[in-house]
Amino acid sequence: METSLTINRTPDELFGFWRNFENLPRVMEHVESVTILDERRSLWRVRRPGEDVIEWDSEVINEHPNELIAWRTLEGSDVHHAGTIRFSPAPGGQGTEVKLTVEYEVAGGKFIAALAKLFRRSPEQQMREDLRHFKQIMEAGEIPTTIGQPAGREENKTEKYEEAK
Amino acid sequence: MRALCWHGKEKVQVDTVPDPKILNPRDAVIRITSTAICGSDLHLYNGVVKTMEAGDILGHEFMGEVVETGSEVKKLMVGDRVVVPFTIACGQCLSCQQEFFSLCDNSNPNAWIPEKAYGDTTAGLFGFSHMLGGYAGGQAEYVRVPFADVGPLKVTSGIPDEKLLFLSDIFPTGYAAVERCKIKHGDVVAVWGCGPVGQMAIRSASILGAAKVIGIDRYASRLALAEKGGAETINYQECEDLEQEIKSRTGGRGPDVCVDAVGMEAHGTTAMAKIDRVKHAMLLETDRPYVLRQVIQCCRKGGRVSIPGVYVGLVDKFPIGTAFSKGLTLTMGQTHMQKYMKPLFDLVEAGRIDPSEIITHRVSLEDAPAAYRLFRDEKNEAVKFVLKPGAPKIMPERN
Repeated sequence: METSLTINRTPDELFGFWRNFENLPRVMEHVESVTILDERRSLWRVRRPGEDVIEWDSEVINEHPNELIAWRTLEGSDVHHAGTIRFSPAPGGQGTEVKLTVEYEVAGGKFIAALAKLFRRSPEQQMREDLRHFKQIMEAGEIPTTIGQPAGREENKTEKYEEAK
Repeated sequence: MRALCWHGKEKVQVDTVPDPKILNPRDAVIRITSTAICGSDLHLYNGVVKTMEAGDILGHEFMGEVVETGSEVKKLMVGDRVVVPFTIACGQCLSCQQEFFSLCDNSNPNAWIPEKAYGDTTAGLFGFSHMLGGYAGGQAEYVRVPFADVGPLKVTSGIPDEKLLFLSDIFPTGYAAVERCKIKHGDVVAVWGCGPVGQMAIRSASILGAAKVIGIDRYASRLALAEKGGAETINYQECEDLEQEIKSRTGGRGPDVCVDAVGMEAHGTTAMAKIDRVKHAMLLETDRPYVLRQVIQCCRKGGRVSIPGVYVGLVDKFPIGTAFSKGLTLTMGQTHMQKYMKPLFDLVEAGRIDPSEIITHRVSLEDAPAAYRLFRDEKNEAVKFVLKPGAPKIMPERN
């Protein structure tokens, strides 16, 4: 799975934010926390209301400052995946092209289904939304929302769209 | 607060709803002093726009006073008088920095819907379906305004609301439609549709230096208003052959600039519903693709066609061969509001244009349901409604 967006920031600003994995719960809505264990390893906790916490340990396996970060989960994690994020200057100095690639290893054949249930959307779309939130935070400083605004109805149908992503 | 809510096709009502609050650090909350009904609101009223939900608050032309600001709002203060543009823009993405504000990358919380339908997202709009952001609109007593330092124009002069209100949409929309055609000395501009946007395009064409402006419609009152704005007019229902009539008024050349201020909307362009090809004319109730084809047919070779009228779907039999053969330039899209509001405010302040002359009805927000119906059904009588929150109801109920 791969998705790309151009972000109106320099590669070093984007790399710096992403490489501090503790920032990523701000852009990945299902990630509850990331704990840095050491220079290469981090502990990720994902929770959906009413569901169990899923945890995994992730390890940086390749890193080029301001260009690329690659990671994979460690043996014994609940979840097995590997990912790479690449930053390259867009033509004409118009921001940075960011490409996110994620591969899932199917553990016991159940993982993708579990992930879809966890995210309530396809893993591809979830990855797209996470990258979009990264762009929104880096450019606009906030993620746009309408959840909590008034409407002439009882239930909040606005959330239907934001959650249907 | 009181707010005009959409409850389905031809069903709008003023409900009591919770007051809006700050949801993000760059938000402000505005107390609305004046708000208008736009021709494009009639598409929502007619139920042809998908991704509407019962209870959605409508309205995207409004102004008022700032009553609350988020922690990251730096330029606006409580008490500031502002006109708010209908397009919501973050100001910091590449689209905004290139002044393509209506194409803002970051303001639509439901970006995934236009991304699937159109290949990319566009800006969120107030009160105009969840596909375009699902933001609560401003036919209400209060409204939450995201990215409040980027959109709202501060207006401090003593000019009354109704001369400034249309800086929120139709004045910049009509002006930009002509301005982007780069009027040259001697140009003739023809405007199809003498509704509010057409009226603003006609007046803007004169300001921008057009040698002659022709307004085309079928309603006598709208044609009279176009004449007041400096246009000569054609009632297309009263002429045998509109193309010949236009040719005869332009020495056989055709207008250098043709503006389609009518537009067309299609059903079901969302990711959730397949795009279909039902076409819907805006303001003029003619055959749907009729105006767009006519504009291209009538335009002078080498001329410019501008489309401020709203299109959302697909059209049949688009005359690409005509446009190609005559070497036409086509320009279109939602208005990049933030680029135009200040210069156009200056024109109003200098007395070069009075947008309020198109207002036919000044009523209460409580009158909005009757106003929607009258605006849709009595186009000769009703050109533009301004609604005042808090004012006493004056219109009779209509069935």
